[in-house]
Amino acid sequence: MNGSLRIPKMKKYSWQGIVAFIFLILLFVVAIYTFSYLQHDPNLTNLDERLQGSSLLHPLGTDQLGRDVLTRLLLGAQQTIGYSLLALIVALIIGVPIGLISGYKRGLVDRVFMRIADGFLAFPDTIVAIVLSGLLGPGIGNLVFAIILIKWVSYARLVRSTMLTESQKEYVLIARTNGLSPIKIIRKHLLPHIVGHVLVLASLDMGKIILLISAFSYIGLGVQPPTPEWGAMLNDSRPYFQSRPELMIFPGLAIVVVVLLTNMVGDYLRDHFDVKKEVQ
Amino acid sequence: MNLLTIKELTKSYYGGKLAVDHLSFELNKGECLGLVGESGCGKSTLARCLMRIEPIDSGSISFENEAIEHLDGRHLHPYRKKMQIVFQNPTAALNPKLRIKDSLIDPYEQYHKELKLSHFTFTSKDAFVKQLMEAVELPYDLANKYPHELSGGQRQRVTIARAISIEPELIVLDEPTASLDVISQKAVLTLLTELRKTLSLSYLFISHDLAAVSQMCQRILVMREGKLVDQFDSKHLFADERHPYTKELISIF
Repeated sequence: MNGSLRIPKMKKYSWQGIVAFIFLILLFVVAIYTFSYLQHDPNLTNLDERLQGSSLLHPLGTDQLGRDVLTRLLLGAQQTIGYSLLALIVALIIGVPIGLISGYKRGLVDRVFMRIADGFLAFPDTIVAIVLSGLLGPGIGNLVFAIILIKWVSYARLVRSTMLTESQKEYVLIARTNGLSPIKIIRKHLLPHIVGHVLVLASLDMGKIILLISAFSYIGLGVQPPTPEWGAMLNDSRPYFQSRPELMIFPGLAIVVVVLLTNMVGDYLRDHFDVKKEVQ
Repeated sequence: MNLLTIKELTKSYYGGKLAVDHLSFELNKGECLGLVGESGCGKSTLARCLMRIEPIDSGSISFENEAIEHLDGRHLHPYRKKMQIVFQNPTAALNPKLRIKDSLIDPYEQYHKELKLSHFTFTSKDAFVKQLMEAVELPYDLANKYPHELSGGQRQRVTIARAISIEPELIVLDEPTASLDVISQKAVLTLLTELRKTLSLSYLFISHDLAAVSQMCQRILVMREGKLVDQFDSKHLFADERHPYTKELISIF
């Protein structure tokens, strides 16, 4: 081939993705384990020390009720990331098996599942969450329930479509002529195709769910005070924006960083599992 | 001795079009039976019906004089391990996410408890993979690669190695050379001929390539629009009593 047509060699891994992944893991570990080292009670109000700047005792200062901001930020990570993971994992547990059954069995089972999925798909996620909050009352439990109700559909559809295209291919037919049971075929031949797609979608969804939980806490339909949550902290510090803007900046920054990290991990996973790259 | 007997086999798709129309033939043990016809004449559908991938409408399929058309699931296992298929497109016939050695070992892992191999003797999985790769004249180090790292001809050799891995009685070859270049075609056909001798296999060789079929097979069937129109010994390919459609096929090649 001519020199002019030479294509630069593709880098196998992007270092940003790996760095983002390490940071995210670190954040999880910090969020899970810090509470045992906390010096301050996150909900203890102290009106003598309200709206303080940063000091040795309170590295990020105190809020309008004199509570330590760093403590609340770290516990907020636990709330936000924990509930997002919970919603995501339950959505996966419901969506993936339904997609597998639907795509492998086809026929009536497939049609029934997919019509149910279409029904859920008809409503935008924020609408479902607001309606559920209206019906069942505001609270993080109902919010997580609403998110699960919306999110399982995309996983079921993704898994199903992969199953439909792959299970027509001849290597699956040969596995069938060799008498492999459906479970064996799914485990050995089809799951490796699905894992990549699902991981990519899940990591991108993680960011969306974190935003959704924070947004709903901000408007008072998510985590209820005094439990620290980033969206709720944003809302609480709104009146003090002019005098103490850090109170809004810290939780806002936390949300941005976590969403950014999950998206970077998602991009990295997408590149890593890219089928096209394999064919090259 | 009849290995495979097909009687009045019929298969239709949605819309009632008959893909296979009351087809009857038998395949003798050790024979290489050729099946020729143009694209869309129902050759591949027939192959899929024989392998029990597609359900049939009516008719009977007997393997070693035992009717198998009504069997399914576990009851088919004794027959499934004696019949293997090689498809036209080796890229689709290998799982892109599995290493070559894992694809190769798949049928054997399914049947190893009930299987007694006579040609392949080995003590470990790696040794078995090595023997299989040798049997189809591929270097052993390819076994650790993924299908996209192999050439088309090499991939087809891998699917052939997988088909012979459990030492079946019959291999259905569904246009095994159609997606290969001329040189690879020739090499794969030579390999198939040799394997048939060493492993005493029977072939049902399905192709639109009359030249390849007449070179490989003793007996040739001609299929058109789901029906068998002609049936002859390959020595009599150019005889006068050939069906007009057969003559037409000959004139093209």
